[in-house]
Amino acid sequence: MPETTYREAVRDALRQALRQDESVFLMGEDIAEMGGSMAVTQGLLDEFGPKRVRNTPISEMAIVGSGIGAAIQGMRPVVEIMYEDFLTLSMEQLVNQAAKHRTMSGGQIKVPLTIRTQGGAGWSPGAQHAQQLEAWFVHVPGLKVVFASTPEDVRGLLWSAIYDDNPVVFFEHRTLYPIKGEVPDELEPIPLGEARIHREGEDVTVVATGRLVHEALAAAEQAESEGISVEVVDPRTLLPLDEETIIESVKKTTRCVTAHEAVTRGGFGAELAAVIQHAAFDWLDAPIERVGAKFAPLPFAPVMEQHVVPHAEDVLEAIKRTTARAG
Amino acid sequence: MTTVEEKAGSGGKRVSEDMLRAFFREMLLIRRFEEKVEERFRAGDLPGFLHVAIGQEAVATGVCAALEGDDVIASTHRAHGHAIAKGTPVERIMAELYGKQEGCSRGYGGSMHLYDLEVGNLGANAVVAGGIPAVVGSALAFQMRGEERVAVAFFGDGATNAGTFHESMNLAQLWKVPAVFVLENNGWAESTPATQHLPLPVDELGKRALAYGMKLIEGDGQDVEAVYLATRAARDHALSGAGPVLVHLRTHRLTGHYIGDPQVYRDKEELERERKTYDPIDLLRARLELSDGDFAALDAEVTAEVEASVEFAKAGTDPDPGDALKYVYA
Repeated sequence: MPETTYREAVRDALRQALRQDESVFLMGEDIAEMGGSMAVTQGLLDEFGPKRVRNTPISEMAIVGSGIGAAIQGMRPVVEIMYEDFLTLSMEQLVNQAAKHRTMSGGQIKVPLTIRTQGGAGWSPGAQHAQQLEAWFVHVPGLKVVFASTPEDVRGLLWSAIYDDNPVVFFEHRTLYPIKGEVPDELEPIPLGEARIHREGEDVTVVATGRLVHEALAAAEQAESEGISVEVVDPRTLLPLDEETIIESVKKTTRCVTAHEAVTRGGFGAELAAVIQHAAFDWLDAPIERVGAKFAPLPFAPVMEQHVVPHAEDVLEAIKRTTARAG
Repeated sequence: MTTVEEKAGSGGKRVSEDMLRAFFREMLLIRRFEEKVEERFRAGDLPGFLHVAIGQEAVATGVCAALEGDDVIASTHRAHGHAIAKGTPVERIMAELYGKQEGCSRGYGGSMHLYDLEVGNLGANAVVAGGIPAVVGSALAFQMRGEERVAVAFFGDGATNAGTFHESMNLAQLWKVPAVFVLENNGWAESTPATQHLPLPVDELGKRALAYGMKLIEGDGQDVEAVYLATRAARDHALSGAGPVLVHLRTHRLTGHYIGDPQVYRDKEELERERKTYDPIDLLRARLELSDGDFAALDAEVTAEVEASVEFAKAGTDPDPGDALKYVYA
């Protein structure tokens, strides 16, 4: 599989896990005959049957909660929450149950559950179908949080999420499903908690997640042509966070921009900025710049939607603001 | 309508007197344990937030006695009786309430998070209805692997108003998983009476099963034999592949919602009447025609067991504060 789409890469990880391991099964809304609202699970019902590719009622609490129960009993369920906006409906089960069983039981219980979901703007669904809520889950001890941005990463990380013994909230971005990228012939698991340096640079580090990785890479190209050398780092796993790679990068470049599609306020960039300033305060030559969405529920009209969410130009402007400061 | 309503014991089944005596001993052990917990909390020994199940002992004992060794339960905030009945030794429960390493959750859980995976206790839960979905998932795992096991959820009348309950009932019946839903209906959602939280008469709450096409079995929650027979029938039905069962047990909380609850919301004379009428231990003692001497001997035995659990707990090891983060991740 030299070049594949992000969508096919997700499906390939699911298919290979289902083939290898009877304890893996899928549950979610519309994932069987329809193949998922994002067509990710197409064909899996035919290959694995309705016991392992299960359509569910529209019951997010029961989807996540029954996944927890099956996981406690030694299965490795992969549940799909159709839109991450609907994770809000399953918050009690995720936050109070999945994340806490292990500690509350004094280490007796494991919850090897993967919760796949997707979101993101760029197609004008309005305010309840395109949020980016990953930061909420980073605040919860006991969960792991992944946000993959390329076909290779999404396949290798999903595999690791399925085989992790902890509950993992696995974010995919809707607009990334059709993008293509090189992937290894054989599925290579990517360990959770390892960042990826997409592009090396000398003047400024952009730490970006999800769709903004691609916007950051585009901004870096433009900056390069204007004489600014940009390093782009994707944490890939937000919890646990590969602090070392990020901090080393910032110590080298002495400047940093964080970038995500979620609203800036209280976003993951705030956590990154706090970690970086504390570990690399003496290296920083400028305040850390944060790029994210404006603080508003996403409006419907395309022009307003595009105004709210960040793009490559916003990353480029932030790069220029930070490099404009004297060292 | 595939739903069948049954009255436990209506088929003429009975349990032996020996079993009833064993049930009586366990119920008395739970009662003495709960009374001791109240005493030690009031004495300042026990931290946290505690709820005792005085009056509901027949439910814990009857349900758990009807299960087999591999079956699992998920419990509620009123968990001590369930944990004892499922087989966790009282000293490990008491040690947990004292926050000791020897506790059944190694001091990480407390009264509302008693776990014991070895005996099939998936944990007590401090969120009303919070443990029900995991019972559906556990039963699903048993079904997928072809195992002869059931998963049992305990919950109260208050929980039947939570979305988690409805979603779980719906999904469990849809997939016909081997689950048993034990509705421990004491008529109180904390301090709120059924008349203020249920749109139907409290004794008819089992009808909620009908909305899911789920089998309903009713039993008197103060009669341990009825509880046992109801659960046994429910287990058989769930394992037959016919789907889960709602076991509706009307019971009585003969104490406050939590230890220290002044129960300002409750009529004192009515509570006294309930204590005289519905105490499951008094009822069973009368039925077994235990002599005062026999009762006193049994009481001394379980009381000594409870006293020993306190000594065990007090002599336990305090956790190292530095171990607080030990089990965040597997």
